[in-house]
Amino acid sequence: MLKLEDIHTYYGNIHAIKGLSLEVNLGEIVTLIGSNGAGKSTTLMSISGITRPRTGKIFFQDKDITTALTDTIVKMGITQVPEGRMIFPRLTVYENLLMGAYLRKDRKGIKMDEEHCFELFPILKERRKQAGGTLSGGEQQMLAIARALMARPKLLLLDEPSLGLAPIVVENIFEVITRINSSGTTILLVEQNAQMALQIAHKGYVLETGKIIMEGPAGELMENPKIQSAYLGID
Amino acid sequence: MFEQQLINGLTLGMIYALIAVGYTMVYGVIQLINFAHGEIFMLAAFLAVTFITVFGLPIYIVIIMTMGCCALIGVLLDIFAYRPLRQSPRLAALITAIGMSIFLQNLAMIIWGSRPKPFVQSALPPFLRTTALTVGDASISWLQLFIFGIASLLMIILFLIINKTRVGTAMRALSQNRTSAALMGINVNRVISFTFALGSSMGAVAGIMVAIYYNTLYPTMGYVAGVKAFAAAVLGGIGSVPGAMIGGIVLGIAEALGAGYISSLYRDGIAYAVMIAVIIFRPSGILGKSTLEKV
Ligand SMILES: Nc1ncnc2c1ncn2[C@@H]1O[C@H](COP(=O)(O)OP(=O)(O)OP(=O)(O)O)[C@@H](O)[C@H]1O
Ligand SMILES: [Mg+2]
Repeated sequence: MLKLEDIHTYYGNIHAIKGLSLEVNLGEIVTLIGSNGAGKSTTLMSISGITRPRTGKIFFQDKDITTALTDTIVKMGITQVPEGRMIFPRLTVYENLLMGAYLRKDRKGIKMDEEHCFELFPILKERRKQAGGTLSGGEQQMLAIARALMARPKLLLLDEPSLGLAPIVVENIFEVITRINSSGTTILLVEQNAQMALQIAHKGYVLETGKIIMEGPAGELMENPKIQSAYLGID
Repeated sequence: MFEQQLINGLTLGMIYALIAVGYTMVYGVIQLINFAHGEIFMLAAFLAVTFITVFGLPIYIVIIMTMGCCALIGVLLDIFAYRPLRQSPRLAALITAIGMSIFLQNLAMIIWGSRPKPFVQSALPPFLRTTALTVGDASISWLQLFIFGIASLLMIILFLIINKTRVGTAMRALSQNRTSAALMGINVNRVISFTFALGSSMGAVAGIMVAIYYNTLYPTMGYVAGVKAFAAAVLGGIGSVPGAMIGGIVLGIAEALGAGYISSLYRDGIAYAVMIAVIIFRPSGILGKSTLEKV
């Protein structure tokens, strides 16, 4: 479904992604793990057309989207929940959701998806008229995910949804991610919390300073001693 | 005299407010002080007079046409002057804005000459200058009433566009987080263009009104009005649309009262004094959020 072929992305002279290739198949949860500054967010931003790769190719459903504009990419079915949630703090929860559905015209469908989001995250319904910025961290993460779902993505990119959240909230978010996936949305999940991510993923990639250093089925990666010591805190 | 000055100030303030919303909206979406905004106001006055004298059109059609033309000029200004600098340091765009302001002023001088012209009085209904009503010893002219009415109507429309429409919500989203807005599939450049169009058409109406009110138009008229409206935007809190509205009205009244009670010589000085005071004592303005930037 999604294929990155040897992409190189730069910030000015900083070479952030140094020849990265990965593949996400339809229906999968694929996780990209790695420590601070490895280039995980840059990878997602490259897919979304925010930071264009200088070389290499990105294909989505066999179409080359390497140089496509962000709104075209969203229209094709790739939506991102960015790191740090990036909800609109002075828009209401409801308006935040509407912005997620910005490119859609089907009012009925939008209404239905709104209800669906409120089912997934009942707290958002209560907070419907509240400014996004007044929500707690966990609620903001829920809003960010709900907002992305409003676009009816085929592929959902999630950037560190567990960041800064209490363990119980993380559990809840990961459960919802699994549910979103089982209802047919393919997921590319970026995480530092490798433990949680590998548990729900089918396949994993390990990123280190802009390069993939290891890949394989999530179960195998979890058994790998190198991964265990570097990312899972097991000696 | 107090009532009279208050009424004069309110009329003036509504006009400042109409210009100020243009500064504040553009600042909100691209953090640029569009110094050429005052020139759009000036061009509107000249275009309106040209439409009347060349095509002999009635004033209300002229106002609408001028709004459309100025909206287009605002959009072109953004596309050709500012868009190429979107990724550059902010100072580059700021200097470009000053450059565009000078360019448009000189363009107007070449086309229409640099001497002040009167507005085409024959295009206006004669009763405009007559008294509509009196309050105490103050009299309000029909013209003042119209300015007040049209400006209020435009403010309401603007408020509804910003708060109730899809594109207005996108504008607000964009001003809060550009990356996130782009990730929603919002075509950022298109929304920025829309912002310029909206601000410029509001400024256009202000330009025509000022030309009618003072019965004069000249290529540098956008400078003084622009500085005052900018002061109003700063006073209200740059980036805040209701702030710009309130700032405009407060400034207009302060100016009229100052001119009436101290000396009309200080009229222009009051705007600067207010702006400096705001920058020193409350940089975020009346309604502004803290202007500290996120790191
Ligand atoms: N806007 C930027 N300008 C310059 N360099 C940047 C920028 N954003 C990221 N980088 C650099 O690119 C590299 C990859 O950063 P990136 O944010 O993609 O890492 P990450 O894996 O998402 O890290 P984290 O886990 O901290 O979110 C880092 O070395 C970082 O310093
Ligand atoms: Mg990151």
